[in-house]
Amino acid sequence: MSAAFQSETSRRSWGRVVRAEHHVARPATAADVADCLSHISGEGGTALPYGLGRSYGDSNLNAGGALIEGRRLDRFIAFDREAGVLRAEAGVSLDEIIRLVVPHGYFLPTTPGTRYVTLGGAIANDVHGKNHHRAGPFGRHVRALRLARSDGSIREITPDADPDLFSATIGGLGLTGMIVDAEISLVPIASAMIDQRTEALRNLDHFFEIAEARADQHEHTVAWIDCTASGDRLGQGIFSSGDWAMSGGLDAHRAGAGPVLPVDLPGFALNSVTLRSFNWAYRQRQLMKPGRERVHYAGFFHPLDTIRSWNRLYGARGFYQYQSVITFDAARDATRSMLERISASGQGSFLAVLKTFGEVASPGVMSFPMPGVTLALDFANRGEPTLRLMGELDAIVREAGGRLYPAKDGRMPADLYRSSYPGWEVVERHRDPAIMSDFWRRVIE
Amino acid sequence: MTTITGPRKVIVLGALSGMAVASARRFAEDGASLFLVARRGEALEREAADLKARGAASVTCSTRDLTDTTDCDAFYAQASDAMGGLDTILVFYGVLGDQAEAERNPVEAARIVDTGYTSVVHWVLAGARRLEDEKTGRRGVLLTASSVAGDRGRRSNFVYGSAKAGLSVLMQGLDHKWVADADAPRAVNLKLGFVDTPMTDGLPKGGPLWAKPDDIAAIVRKAAETGKSTVYAPWFWRFIMLAIRLVPRFVFARVNL
Repeated sequence: MSAAFQSETSRRSWGRVVRAEHHVARPATAADVADCLSHISGEGGTALPYGLGRSYGDSNLNAGGALIEGRRLDRFIAFDREAGVLRAEAGVSLDEIIRLVVPHGYFLPTTPGTRYVTLGGAIANDVHGKNHHRAGPFGRHVRALRLARSDGSIREITPDADPDLFSATIGGLGLTGMIVDAEISLVPIASAMIDQRTEALRNLDHFFEIAEARADQHEHTVAWIDCTASGDRLGQGIFSSGDWAMSGGLDAHRAGAGPVLPVDLPGFALNSVTLRSFNWAYRQRQLMKPGRERVHYAGFFHPLDTIRSWNRLYGARGFYQYQSVITFDAARDATRSMLERISASGQGSFLAVLKTFGEVASPGVMSFPMPGVTLALDFANRGEPTLRLMGELDAIVREAGGRLYPAKDGRMPADLYRSSYPGWEVVERHRDPAIMSDFWRRVIE
Repeated sequence: MTTITGPRKVIVLGALSGMAVASARRFAEDGASLFLVARRGEALEREAADLKARGAASVTCSTRDLTDTTDCDAFYAQASDAMGGLDTILVFYGVLGDQAEAERNPVEAARIVDTGYTSVVHWVLAGARRLEDEKTGRRGVLLTASSVAGDRGRRSNFVYGSAKAGLSVLMQGLDHKWVADADAPRAVNLKLGFVDTPMTDGLPKGGPLWAKPDDIAAIVRKAAETGKSTVYAPWFWRFIMLAIRLVPRFVFARVNL
């Protein structure tokens, strides 16, 4: 390897289950990215673009190969304060974008549950947020991007001029080249505050009763589910909705996250008793809040960002995240079956999230969101029993014609992926021959 | 932070160093005018676009090898004209160099000393003259990036360390000249520990002692307004270096640093 690559033995993804050796480069310009890629290509190796490492499983790892970190591509290129259009290098984080644009009365068109992802990563995973039913996924708001490839080229890609490559790159898991910069549309906001509405959910039927109405009424919706509950209370939780407030100032959140979780929680700390207690306490705390209140966007969109390294809560063995989406017609039964399985297993998660996706389509051919209901769960890694539980959930998802989110996945069966993402062949066709990930190796071979 | 009264007019010498970039961003976010100086003009333009997007009132780029110390006064005057005044000078350029090579090869030793000290003397003294003459209405500040390596000579980097020691004494003296006069500019010398920048890419990184460029930028931004003349960055290096200075020679001889 050239001097630009440094060997690193124990890179882990956010779920911390796998530890792998990589050669890591940290280029600071688009031209350097193209050089890194052609260098790898010349050696017959493979490389993978890497942002802030928030993908949970193996879609951001390339064991034994190279990672090209994008974080030093952290410059804004142009911010049109009149039109609300931002062009920035791909390693800029959503955190940095939000801090830049909020004081000028803008926000990201949609934001995932963490600000600590890069712009490039948000596009490559076509991330979604609480307003998916209105705004669609992130890729919907990308006007143009530049892609560096292993042939040494750096090309501007737009939906009009290069529809095929563009749609393979949105949600393309970084495989079609390394995104070096992108231009996105912002949305105007009147204040940095959200008018939040909090309601108790009695059970799963209650969720399905109100989800559609709330999605019509509010821009942002999400539900938290207590997955330790069972019987009549299966699916009990909290339904949260919100809209941008018309007043309250334009103060961005402060730079830097809060306290760091300094150590791994020991494995025994997470058991069915602590899980039940946590879920009970969380529900009580949410229910104590007034039904309607005005809150800052940071607490509303990114509650977990206040604790850095929260992934260490799950101990040294790490954890899996499992996020599915199931079409509306099958969602009620399938979600019930999944929650029953999880409740019976005693392997619940701290937070289970349930949300409806809307009809706004992604330009990406391999994007995760589709109209339906998405359920996201964490499972501490207990080895075989955890994998078995997720295998059972797979069967329910498969039966219901649903699919799983690659950014969260570290183990789904290859055939489930390929059958539920027919667009994978388009991405494979456009894949840069020098780019590969552990995830992709696993699902296409 | 109440002492910040308005956007500053800032010249950054060595504007492409990781810490300089991060610091310039902090000033830009406050609406500062910036005059960036470094050797690579194309790279400067990229940073300039970023700083404008972040809110800089104006950004001017100037390509120059700062070891060339001809006409430093005229150069500062040019920067002052470009920004309509000059009240902040940030001296960030320098090279780590190769200690072993410097011990063998006088050219490498001279490069380290010239980049880290000799040329810096010219820029600091000319900058001091300029700030004493400037009438921008806000107190000037001349801030340099020195290193904890200058606090005690160590076998692994003492050529670099000696240049930084010289710089630290230069700034100490400038502070002594100015300190009693409330209207005089302020001399601020940062003593930096390990910072994760491209300059240090060859070293093994990680662990609690390694700071991010943005951590340093926050210290720079604050130090430009208020505080002591010698600033360890981050703060804990004051105590680490106190301990290292107090270690007796016969013990230090056994330490491989």
